[in-house]
Amino acid sequence: MSIMTVSYALLLYAATVIFALGLCYRVFTYARTPAPLKIPTMPAPVTRAGVVFRMVREVGLFESLFKSSKWTWIFAVMFHLGLLLEVLRHLRYFIQPLWFWVVLVQPFGVYGGMAMVAGLAGLFARRLLVARVRYVSQPSDYLMLILLLGIGGSGLAVKFLDHTDIVSFKAFVLGLLYFDWQPLPANPLLLTHLALVSLLLIVFPFSKLLHAPAVFFSPTRNQVDDARERRHLAPWAARLERAGGEV
Amino acid sequence: MAKIDFEVPVIGEYLETPALQPAAMAKSAPFKASPQHQQALGFPSELLENWEEVAIAKLGELLNKYESLRVYLDACVKCGSCSDKCHYFLGTGDPKNMPVARQDLLRSVYRRHFTLGGKLFPKLVGARDLDKSVLDEWYSYFHQCSQCRRCSVFCPYGIDTAEISMAAREIMDEIGVGQKYCNEIIGKVHTIGNNLGLNAAALANTLEGLEEDVKDDTGFDIRFPLDVEGADVLLITPSADFFAEPHIDGLIGYGKVFHQAGVSWTMSTYASEAANFAMFIGNYEQMRKVALRIRKAAIDLKVKRIVVGECGHAWRVAYSFWNTLAGPFDFLDPNYPVPQHIVEFTYDLIQRNAIKLDKEANDHMRLTFHDSCNVARATRMGDRPGGQLALPRAVIKASCNHYFDMPADTIGEKTFCCGGGGGLLTDDLMELRVKGALPRMQALRQVQKEHGVTHMAAICAICKSQFSKVLPYYDFPMDTIVSVHQLVSNAIQLGAKT
Ligand code: SF4
Ligand code: SF4
Repeated sequence: MSIMTVSYALLLYAATVIFALGLCYRVFTYARTPAPLKIPTMPAPVTRAGVVFRMVREVGLFESLFKSSKWTWIFAVMFHLGLLLEVLRHLRYFIQPLWFWVVLVQPFGVYGGMAMVAGLAGLFARRLLVARVRYVSQPSDYLMLILLLGIGGSGLAVKFLDHTDIVSFKAFVLGLLYFDWQPLPANPLLLTHLALVSLLLIVFPFSKLLHAPAVFFSPTRNQVDDARERRHLAPWAARLERAGGEV
Repeated sequence: MAKIDFEVPVIGEYLETPALQPAAMAKSAPFKASPQHQQALGFPSELLENWEEVAIAKLGELLNKYESLRVYLDACVKCGSCSDKCHYFLGTGDPKNMPVARQDLLRSVYRRHFTLGGKLFPKLVGARDLDKSVLDEWYSYFHQCSQCRRCSVFCPYGIDTAEISMAAREIMDEIGVGQKYCNEIIGKVHTIGNNLGLNAAALANTLEGLEEDVKDDTGFDIRFPLDVEGADVLLITPSADFFAEPHIDGLIGYGKVFHQAGVSWTMSTYASEAANFAMFIGNYEQMRKVALRIRKAAIDLKVKRIVVGECGHAWRVAYSFWNTLAGPFDFLDPNYPVPQHIVEFTYDLIQRNAIKLDKEANDHMRLTFHDSCNVARATRMGDRPGGQLALPRAVIKASCNHYFDMPADTIGEKTFCCGGGGGLLTDDLMELRVKGALPRMQALRQVQKEHGVTHMAAICAICKSQFSKVLPYYDFPMDTIVSVHQLVSNAIQLGAKT
């Protein structure tokens, strides 16, 4: 086993563990923190089912973003949809035998990769060119885009410039999954791609990438408009009430 | 109009997004609360010696108490979609009035003290230590947010800058830096029962005078009852309704509606205020204390229902928070919503043909309607989502012949704040108020040009006061602003059998 295989195996394990634990911890703190008051942005759904529908529109179609900025919406949809397709396409490295829809998605995945990079480029240009957005951008905001561009770019490069031996790469991935390590093909583009993905996984729970889980915990989006019908009381507010006595 | 030492924005053809003018409003800050005002609310009377520590501890406490704060400080991706949505940014061009930049004032400190990235690489993620200059910035720019929530409509994660402003103001109160306007008023409600400090005798006097005026005007005995035990309805209305223009014309309208409906009603001296400024300072305990006065009044007066008068943030507190803060209201008649808005009440009568309205009585006006931010984005009326937008329009249209909406992106859920909400309706913030009103003035000008609109109706005491003050700056007559129930008052056929 080469040093490179071992170090990449360890890196990927570490990244996955940090990602998973970090994300769980964040989600746990969001879930644990109460929303003491009813603050849905109105007009809001008056039923649970309505809220689920609102959330689906928000997460699936970026409804609010569509209202606010069409260009950002287009770039954001290109990037996220492209990313989704790519993630689905990459399932082929983790599954044996392949599910049929993973096979179906393969050709689209490549377009996904292109859309992703184009979308990111658009977002980068907007961040740089629109004075308002530039004003609120920190170095980390640019770096995040660069990191994602690096992942997309190196991925496309692996695909188009320097065809990797995907059979042995898949053996490597499955080996990681089953703790039966196999050698990693020594392709510089692939190695870059993997290193950047690991970095992304590691920074995820510590960065603005938390917007992905956070949107589900946004009280302005996930609350039902039923304040008059149902009394909503956070545990700490109930304690306050008991301590304060009744009128 | 008072003397002006700032430039009043010019209304253009369209509402333009201004170029960035850094620090344009850096000097804007409301008067600070005096030691007495602070003490009356249990806040430190002046800046604490170890204020940095206390502020960080308070932030930590709030992070554990408010999911909104915790999630919103993490979730922002700096996409900038909200950056051109705030009326204060549109009116001033100050980049710190972009909602995301306003949040960042607090987020930067949050990152420094509560996140790994900010502890290790502050420069990289825009994290900074809390120091005096940061505090000054907080005081200035968190008092340039009217908590109107327009930004939350447009944010892909629903990030509500109002929640951030409220938290920041709560932290500032906790370290001894309060705002005079809000804290003085909250103190008055605790001791006297209303924002104005109008005592029971003065209130009774005012209402008696009002009864006489209305009698002279209409020939009918319209009553404005106070502290009547056993009345069916307790009306909770903003105290501005008792004397300010055009608010009082709205109050007369409520009185006529109750009269025609034959419903016995009363107001209360103990709870003579619908406004709850404690919301503006983000303080749950204070807000609860103010809300409990209404519960107590309802119990003491043995009423069956509570109806709330025309006021935006008050309706938010009533509709969205009362049940939480002062509920359950199981001692009231379950056949009616608790609380009910006066517009819901009147709308219902119109639906049932229980009152007659003569639209021609308002033919001297061509009307539009200003959706108050709190009503539109933080409450509901009726059974269906959006009723808070539809019902007031239905009541207005039933009362007049000439009604025209302002452009779609300036009303409904996208409505622009009047510029005076959120505890900013004070003369020491006049520049901010005038400039923040620009987007609404622009939309009003548009319907004035296109449809000859002469009057704008509103259902919020703050909006009415704010517009009365700022309309003249933009060359509109002061009385362009009218109450919704003023229109009802003009149109209602008293004594008519239905
Ligand atoms: S809540 Fe309103 S005033 Fe405050 S930042 Fe958002 S848009 Fe501006
Ligand atoms: S729209 Fe939301 S995520 Fe985007 S910059 Fe504004 S607050 Fe941040």
